[in-house]
Amino acid sequence: MSDDLTGDDVVPMGTTVAGRFVRSYNAVGFLPILLTGLVVVLAIFLPHFLAVQNMLNVLRSSSYLVIIAVGQMLVLIVGGFDLSQGAVVALTSVSAALVMAGLKGTLDPSVVILIGVLVGLGCGAVVGLVNGLCVAFLKISPFMVTLGTLSIATGFALLLTSGIPIYGMPTQFVDGFGRGLWFSLPSVFYLAGGIVAVIWVVQNHTPMGRYILAIGGNMQAALVSGVPVKTYLILSYVICSVLASVSGLALTAQLGSGQAVINAALTLESIAAGVIAGVSIKGGVGRVEMVALGAILLLTLTDAMDLLKIDPRIQAIFIGFIVVLAVALDELSQRRAARV
Amino acid sequence: MTAVVAVNADVSRSAEELRETSDLLLNLTNISKRFPGVVALESVDFDLRRGEVHVLFGENGAGKSTLINIIAGTFPSDTGTFKYQGREITHLTPHGARAIGISPVFQEFSLVPELTVEQNLFLGREITNGGFLNGIAMRARAREIIRELDFDLRPDYKVVQLSRAHQQMVEISKAFLTEVRLLILDEPTASLTDSEAEKLFGLVAKLKNSGVGIIYVSHRMREIKQIADRITVLRDGHKIKTVQAGDVTETELVELMTGRKIGVLFPKVDHKPTKKLLEVERVSLTDRSVTDVSFYARAGEITGIAGLVGCGKSELIRAIVGLEPMLSGAIRIRGQEVTAPTPASMIQRGVCYFPSDRVAEGLALARPVRENCSMAALDLPAFSRNKILQRRSERRTVQGIANKLRLRPPNIERAVASFSGGNRQKVLLARGFTREISVFLFDEPTVGVDVGAKIEIYDLMKDLLATGVAIILVSSDLPEVLNLSNRLYVMHRSHMAAELVGADINEPEVLSHFFRERHAGDVARPTTV
Repeated sequence: MSDDLTGDDVVPMGTTVAGRFVRSYNAVGFLPILLTGLVVVLAIFLPHFLAVQNMLNVLRSSSYLVIIAVGQMLVLIVGGFDLSQGAVVALTSVSAALVMAGLKGTLDPSVVILIGVLVGLGCGAVVGLVNGLCVAFLKISPFMVTLGTLSIATGFALLLTSGIPIYGMPTQFVDGFGRGLWFSLPSVFYLAGGIVAVIWVVQNHTPMGRYILAIGGNMQAALVSGVPVKTYLILSYVICSVLASVSGLALTAQLGSGQAVINAALTLESIAAGVIAGVSIKGGVGRVEMVALGAILLLTLTDAMDLLKIDPRIQAIFIGFIVVLAVALDELSQRRAARV
Repeated sequence: MTAVVAVNADVSRSAEELRETSDLLLNLTNISKRFPGVVALESVDFDLRRGEVHVLFGENGAGKSTLINIIAGTFPSDTGTFKYQGREITHLTPHGARAIGISPVFQEFSLVPELTVEQNLFLGREITNGGFLNGIAMRARAREIIRELDFDLRPDYKVVQLSRAHQQMVEISKAFLTEVRLLILDEPTASLTDSEAEKLFGLVAKLKNSGVGIIYVSHRMREIKQIADRITVLRDGHKIKTVQAGDVTETELVELMTGRKIGVLFPKVDHKPTKKLLEVERVSLTDRSVTDVSFYARAGEITGIAGLVGCGKSELIRAIVGLEPMLSGAIRIRGQEVTAPTPASMIQRGVCYFPSDRVAEGLALARPVRENCSMAALDLPAFSRNKILQRRSERRTVQGIANKLRLRPPNIERAVASFSGGNRQKVLLARGFTREISVFLFDEPTVGVDVGAKIEIYDLMKDLLATGVAIILVSSDLPEVLNLSNRLYVMHRSHMAAELVGADINEPEVLSHFFRERHAGDVARPTTV
């Protein structure tokens, strides 16, 4: 058995072309290089790409996705899934808008906004808690739980509005925050940046980040090592849903109305951003800064297709292909790793 | 009868122990534990003194792991009292157990593959500074522990990149992060080399002297003899006896463990080699785990392939049925060359592979025995006609095979998950009987199987051989291949190192090929299992 102990055993994976590709895919450098390359190519071939208005658009729309994708990442890392994110965005949008519109004029606008925001975040927290409790205690598959809460949250959102957009929120919320530019950048950009920074610190410098990685990497190991597995499972789902709510509030502020039908592709896109960024759908692997880049990459591609006037239906097909490709690469790298 | 004697012996011993209570580190009385459908432990008493190595000995499924899991706080017992350092302990959690000095080293590694060695060491016990991880302090402490244990480990490597032996070292290091008073070692040498095992024994001796109590689970006679002070034998969830290590012979221990007289473990196999059924010529695999290997197997003989873990012997026979991609070379069945083999096409040619990892590759645990057995033969008339399953015929055929293999319980409608390791292996083997198979490729057939089932599997091979088939036996269990093979190949670092026949099939000869280039000194000390 002494043969197993030689130094060269320590370096895994093949030296084949595929192996090298997979390794560089997993390594730090791949995604930033790809994104930079894409931006350079777009800047050369699409003159409108670098226009200020377009850049602001890309930044704004990626920011919504970054916030959601970071939450999705936490759940993916613990080996789960959250399909209910899009529904949480809708439910948040509708409830926050209803509360704000209803209270408008009775109280100080800042108080109205505060209550609306808290109600919105509360919706996310409740859905996340239900998801987390079902996964941690009832041990139901995350796929089924979140599929169920997806339906429930969507149903509530439609019930509350009858499908009609809700207007009448305080202008401070809509024009000041939602459509506002702070230091000439969209407000939501700062929000997304702040969230990424906080989650980065949590992931790299706190036991919580370590525990979340450990739970997804080997739940049994985490358990016998004394990690409070259930607590952190639930926490991951709650944070995931609350972040969806944050994104929902920002979107509502930008749209100026609460809507029960907001971008249905958000959930898929959030998972896509994660897998593009190398988050393993089997859990245990994922870095927040990469996920942010993944989300930006995805929205840059979408923007490029918009500029090229590609039919949105064809864009949907394209995004679908990217998701499958990214998951296939993840699977391939896992299979190679398993051979060590 | 034995049970009565054992109880009496217990009473006299525990009276003796009362006089030295101060020495008692752990005292478990009347521990029972039930899992759905299984009684894992039934009123078991167990105690451990300071500075003692207490070996837990028993077959798979005897309740050893249940007992150490209760002590480690993984799950509670249903009944009984748990006294540690004179205090009664209830509601023990893994975290709580570590906090009071109970450190388990599990056989199933409690490591997170994607985290580094250091991150794994501190998992659940991170050193923090105002809520933030203190990386510098953890790195320093990790180095200190690794140096103390004299392990060849780097704290910044990811666990997934390490060999099994190195992972075992991480697991052991983990136990030493906090002050240890009670160390649990569950088959710690299973993946260590002899020199590493010696290091571990040195460590155990050092700990003993400093007053640490050690619970040691092992099957290996040699190391039990070497380090045990007392031995407790468990069988079917019952405590059979606790004995002083010096007072008992190997044979007595095995008899206590199995509950019956063990005559000869290995049957006398009658080899009558005839024609070559399988020939492998200069085969290399794409990942180079097998390089330029040739061998053949004849009908009527068991062809053994021995080698260390990772030498490529498993990959070689997996490649024969197309489970590993081949780079070059030829495979011939009855003289006919097979290009691009797949498991399905090889089964049709009468070549069947029995994987070592029964759970991952061999069996659908949630499905009944019947379906698992007929899985590879549903195209045969006994099981289906015109693509319609013949359930009655299927049941009759499979029941017949199950009876022949002495499946216990003999209920073929039960899910495979509810059977023991040995019986699961029989279910897997049953597949070879559902259709005409002439070449049996066994990959570690007795790994994780208890002694009783082992004997049955060996007998089965003997019976199979009498029907004129070719058996290829790949095994890391040296006595197994030594005793059963007519011809024995030895693989070493992806190459075929030797072909041994007749009197050359002996332990020193095989070991000399295992360690051909390195560790020549280690060979002088042959191992006995």
